[in-house]
Amino acid sequence: MMADTAISVKQLTKRFGAFTAVNEITFDVKRGEIFGFLGANGAGKTTAIRMLCGLSFPTSGEATVAGYDLFRDAEKIKKSIGYMSQKFSLYEDLTIRENIRFYGGIYGLSDKEIKSKTDSMVQQLHLQEQVDKLVKSLPLGWKQKLSFSVAMLHQPKIVFLDEPTGGVDPITRREFWTMIYEAAGTGTTVFVTTHYMDEAEYCDRVSIMVDGKIDALDTPMELKRKFNAPSMEEVFVQLARKAKRGE
Amino acid sequence: MDAAVKVNDVYKSFTNGKVEVKALQEISFEVNRGEVFGLIGPDGAGKTTLFRILTTLMIANKGDAWVDGFHVVKDYEKIRNRVGYMPGRFSLYQDLTVEENLSFFATLFNTTLEENYDLVKSIYQQIEPFKKRRAGALSGGMKQKLALSCALIHRPSVLFLDEPTTGVDAVSRKEFWELLRQLQVRGITIIVSTPYMDEASLCDRVALMQEGKIMKIDSPKGIIEGFAKPLWAVRSANMYRLMIDLRALKEVDTCYPFGQYHHVVFKNAGETLEHAKQVMAMVSEVNVEIRRIPATIEDCFMALMRR
Repeated sequence: MMADTAISVKQLTKRFGAFTAVNEITFDVKRGEIFGFLGANGAGKTTAIRMLCGLSFPTSGEATVAGYDLFRDAEKIKKSIGYMSQKFSLYEDLTIRENIRFYGGIYGLSDKEIKSKTDSMVQQLHLQEQVDKLVKSLPLGWKQKLSFSVAMLHQPKIVFLDEPTGGVDPITRREFWTMIYEAAGTGTTVFVTTHYMDEAEYCDRVSIMVDGKIDALDTPMELKRKFNAPSMEEVFVQLARKAKRGE
Repeated sequence: MDAAVKVNDVYKSFTNGKVEVKALQEISFEVNRGEVFGLIGPDGAGKTTLFRILTTLMIANKGDAWVDGFHVVKDYEKIRNRVGYMPGRFSLYQDLTVEENLSFFATLFNTTLEENYDLVKSIYQQIEPFKKRRAGALSGGMKQKLALSCALIHRPSVLFLDEPTTGVDAVSRKEFWELLRQLQVRGITIIVSTPYMDEASLCDRVALMQEGKIMKIDSPKGIIEGFAKPLWAVRSANMYRLMIDLRALKEVDTCYPFGQYHHVVFKNAGETLEHAKQVMAMVSEVNVEIRRIPATIEDCFMALMRR
């Protein structure tokens, strides 16, 4: 694998019995790239992400994530990546400080590191007054921004964001993307899924999965040109309309 | 003729631990008969609480509301017989088949699938091939269609749909809105909530909601016309740098990414294209493309939020 490649996937496949959820997908993600991973409901995105995070063992194929082989070094991969989703992020019944400490501990940060990370994170997100309040008292938008910062706590090489902005208000959604740009600017690779098609435009490159396969992969501009479409929404609709399988 | 839904100063708060959350802060509005009325707003806007009050599943702390002419507290049984409700979470019986779910809900309302088949037909036909399958084993899109069929089985006069398209891909969302249009033609009043701002344009009128308040109610066209200042779409090679630069300029009021463009509003409302181009010459990006555009619902929503 080349030094500037964060993820390299060759013919990666996952079958559940007779059902092929992910069907021989092949792609590379460059270091520091914002990579949009789109697809219709049931296209196989979640299964693919679970494999790349080392949570689901592939049926066949090859993959390296953050320089480690997915088949041999899944545990090392887990230490090198960050993950957040709309559904699972922080513990509602812990305070902000406790959540940071908990995740810091899991990722093996020292007490000193955790303390300094807590201070800088709280300052950056303007959470000084909320730091000892339960996470459940925070508005969703704040929760998602905090959750992203926590996923970045151990300075992972790659961060996986699974629909991070679902249900978030439009201003916070854009603030969230500013954080994504900043992370990518410091060399972190961002692997992101979304149902908001305007967000597909913010990615450096976008892949679109249909029925377990990657049907298109390119920069938003190139995809629009290829599909003769005015927007990414139109590109997506053209591809996803032909999907045969449901969720 | 009276309104399909009338809401008068409804207030509702909850306590979450020691925190008091004001879910709805004295909101009032009316929905006309036969209208597709959208509640547009992010999570935490109060959309679900409002639905639960209007479907008589929750009682407001203050205020009154009527559905189809009946009061939500005094006449709750009458309301339950004449509204359809599709909650945000899939709420059918996972262990019953498609067919069994439908006949269960039909029986509750003293009717049969056959009796109102004309209404459910176009939706039900899409899931009919799977009628022997358990609801829990259906795909997401199929579950949604079954839930809609069940909500329609007693021919409701008012249909409440709580975020039916959340987490649904762009193609399935389009198809779902086509279904709603077909139902509207049959004279059913539809109140639908969504966090997707682009879906507002598919409603007759919308209420833009945020943190328990209604910021504005109007037709999508009226809301867009209410956007006070000229709006500009700009684009250059490095969009992130363009945004940072524009936000640092004192001439610029707001600059937000909108897909392949940034939407920019200047502090001075009477900007001409010529002056807008002069401002663009101040940024480090070269060859900045700029043109005047009409606002979208999302631009309006964000402008209202900032007030």
